[in-house]
Amino acid sequence: MTTLTDPPMESFRLGMLIYDTRYRSMTIQIVALIGFLLLLGWLFNNTAQNLSELGKEPSFRFLGEPAGYDINQRLLDYNSQNTHLRAAFIGLLNTLVVAVLGCITATILGVIIGVLRLSSNWVVAKLMTVYVETFRNVPVLLWIVFTMAVMIETLPAPRAFRGEDATATMKIYDTVAVTNRGVYVPEPLFTRSLGDIHLFGSSSLRFDVSLDLMLVLAVLIGGLIVSARIRKRADHIQESTGERPKTWYLRLGVVAVPLIIVLAALGVHLGYPELKGFNFKGGIHMRNSLIALWLALSLYTAAFIAENVRAGIMAVSHGQTEAAAALGLRSNRIMSLVVLPQALRVIIPPLISQYLNLTKNSSLAIAVGYMDITGTLMGITLNQTGRELEAVMLTMLIYLAISLAISMVMNWYNERVKLEER
Amino acid sequence: MSDISFVRTDMLSEQEPPASSVGVVGWMRENLFSSWLNTILTILSAGLLYLVLSSLLPWAISPTWNAASLGECREILHDLGRDGHFSGACWGVVRDRWVQLFMGFYPSELYWRPILAFILLIVALAPILFADMVPAKLIWFSGLYVFLMPWLLWGGSIWAPVSALAGFVLGFVAYQMGTTRISGLVGLILGVVTALIWWLFLSGYVVDFLAAVPTEQNPSAGVLPLAMDTVNSRLFGGFMLSITIGVIAIACSLPLGIVLALGRQSDLMIVKVLCVGFIEFIRGVPLITLLFVASTLLNIFMPPGTAFDIILRVLIMVTIFAAAYMAEVVRGGLAALPKGQYEGADSLGLNYWQAQRLIIMPQALKISIPGIVSTFIGVFKDTTLVSIIGLLDPLGLSNAIRADSAWNGVVWELYGFIALLFWVFCFSMSRYSMYLERKLQTGHR
Repeated sequence: MTTLTDPPMESFRLGMLIYDTRYRSMTIQIVALIGFLLLLGWLFNNTAQNLSELGKEPSFRFLGEPAGYDINQRLLDYNSQNTHLRAAFIGLLNTLVVAVLGCITATILGVIIGVLRLSSNWVVAKLMTVYVETFRNVPVLLWIVFTMAVMIETLPAPRAFRGEDATATMKIYDTVAVTNRGVYVPEPLFTRSLGDIHLFGSSSLRFDVSLDLMLVLAVLIGGLIVSARIRKRADHIQESTGERPKTWYLRLGVVAVPLIIVLAALGVHLGYPELKGFNFKGGIHMRNSLIALWLALSLYTAAFIAENVRAGIMAVSHGQTEAAAALGLRSNRIMSLVVLPQALRVIIPPLISQYLNLTKNSSLAIAVGYMDITGTLMGITLNQTGRELEAVMLTMLIYLAISLAISMVMNWYNERVKLEER
Repeated sequence: MSDISFVRTDMLSEQEPPASSVGVVGWMRENLFSSWLNTILTILSAGLLYLVLSSLLPWAISPTWNAASLGECREILHDLGRDGHFSGACWGVVRDRWVQLFMGFYPSELYWRPILAFILLIVALAPILFADMVPAKLIWFSGLYVFLMPWLLWGGSIWAPVSALAGFVLGFVAYQMGTTRISGLVGLILGVVTALIWWLFLSGYVVDFLAAVPTEQNPSAGVLPLAMDTVNSRLFGGFMLSITIGVIAIACSLPLGIVLALGRQSDLMIVKVLCVGFIEFIRGVPLITLLFVASTLLNIFMPPGTAFDIILRVLIMVTIFAAAYMAEVVRGGLAALPKGQYEGADSLGLNYWQAQRLIIMPQALKISIPGIVSTFIGVFKDTTLVSIIGLLDPLGLSNAIRADSAWNGVVWELYGFIALLFWVFCFSMSRYSMYLERKLQTGHR
């Protein structure tokens, strides 16, 4: 006679680490972690050995030494006596400048091209297809060096502007000089300037902020906020009464009037480039390298953005347009109220990755001699100090930080416009 | 009754459509001039087209094919009465240097090797790219080709690739034995360990023994010293280099990318964190920094005394780079798969790897094909970046060609030729991906 008992408590056996699914995942993870740590340790060990053999113990002291090289395109003051850190900082700002400029123009171009590619006009649609396929299927580095070559080879030298029989003239009512040394555009100057604030004293990261610019920006943003308030109020009135008050002159006024007053008070005027001696003086000088990089990156990325825009618009089903038309909306209202808000949700995630790509591709500046972070820290600084490990790692970290920042900002925006799904 | 009727009794005969809505005129009215905006756009584009073509064509049509130097080109154009900087293209440089743009400085008597390698590449790719048009058995050749290609390109003893292959065979045998005798996981571990032991410790001796060349001191050395002339990596260049880097990087990055994607999707926390960290780090930095790592740092990371080939170092970094992007593409495919597929596989009692192999991956990879091909196109285009660290890809070669006094000053012709070739490669790949998408579209989504 047998009695019914509880099943015996299973004691833990070593084999269960492999066979029992409850423990197996833990085993695998620990093995993976140990393997990873071993690999890391091995790499560290090798690096330390190699570096001590070369007599180059890792240290970041080289950042404080004088750089000894010049950077011709820069936003802040810099000379060759400044430290390597200062040079890297100037390079970082240059990276950001070309990335921001490139993103803006690439977006504008890309949206126009993407919309035109869907045009019912046969010639335009085909022309845009040719544009997209041409730019997408040729390496961006080739476009950059090609644009640079175009600028150097085809544009007139500054001396062509000189004398009685000048072969070249300045563009747009004698304000912009396009030469093979770069483009000179007028710069805004203030006669009653408020001066600058000097941030970070005299350290390598010192940064001059123009108070005039800050004031103008503050007034502009304030005006825009008030204008948005007025629009909201108009929306409110429309919802309760059905009548929308005319507000455009009010909205224009709150933005424009304070801005004009402030600009007049600061005594704003434009400083034009002028030919002095063998070169142009005055104005903002954008060098060939910057223009070529900016132009090539924008044209190349625009082809990709155009495809994203096209895909986004095509993703909005035709029924939406027809339903909006049945409601009696006019075609521009259909576009702005029905199609675009829905297309935007499809367009924005790939747009983020295009911005990231453009920023990363800006590191190809080194091919045309534009001194961005790659050209300064990972280029000349690395060559002069021989600190490969530190320079390359620092550059990678900076790019990583920029990438993460861009994707954070854009993801935040994406969250805001995302469709609320339940 | 009169027979006058006020109701029509016969139908009107069909009329031709108005001339303005059919034929060329109708097409133009519909597609070019349907509204005033369209008319303006049409005129603008026609103007643009005229502007571009009228400046490009007269330059491109220039009888300079046989010129041997830039000076000769200018003479030919001068005799035709065409003077000035942009009077005509100098196509002689393409005729003179196209072989170099394809092959770099590869020894010319050995050209048959890369050519054979690339012909065989097409054969090896056929069972993957055009699966329904070639015999399925050809896939065995594709497997062998992985080992054949490096040998053809770099040369050296045949025993090196054979021993690499032997590692896989030994590992597989061990895996089979372990799986049938003990269990799947033990088999897997056994297989990997066996292969590693072979590669790291044993294969060196075996290869040395088999490939040793008989010398005067030791005439009996060497069992079968089959070898081809070794070609130094520094001699690689041109499109051959681009294709080599692109093909090897993508072939290696696909399996790596699948593993990373699975790791990122897995429930195992530590594995997931490691994979996410790796993928996001690689995707966050530009390829050029990774290439700098290849050219300056990779030797520092290795045990003291190792110095390995620059192309191999570049290959490692490009593979890692492509793998991170590939992982994201595959992850997209995995995420797009309906949850029911995972649950269905579980309910059939398949374990993780069986489910992945039989249910999940075939569908997920099918969904990700466009992404995989566009990653490949991206990697292929990015191979031009190796010119920045001093390798002679087509772009690097164009600088080398300009350094020759005969062609000093030739810019557009070279860039145009290189761009055209890249365009042909990339465009045909993107068309192939569209074809594949249509073919694999099974209609239920």
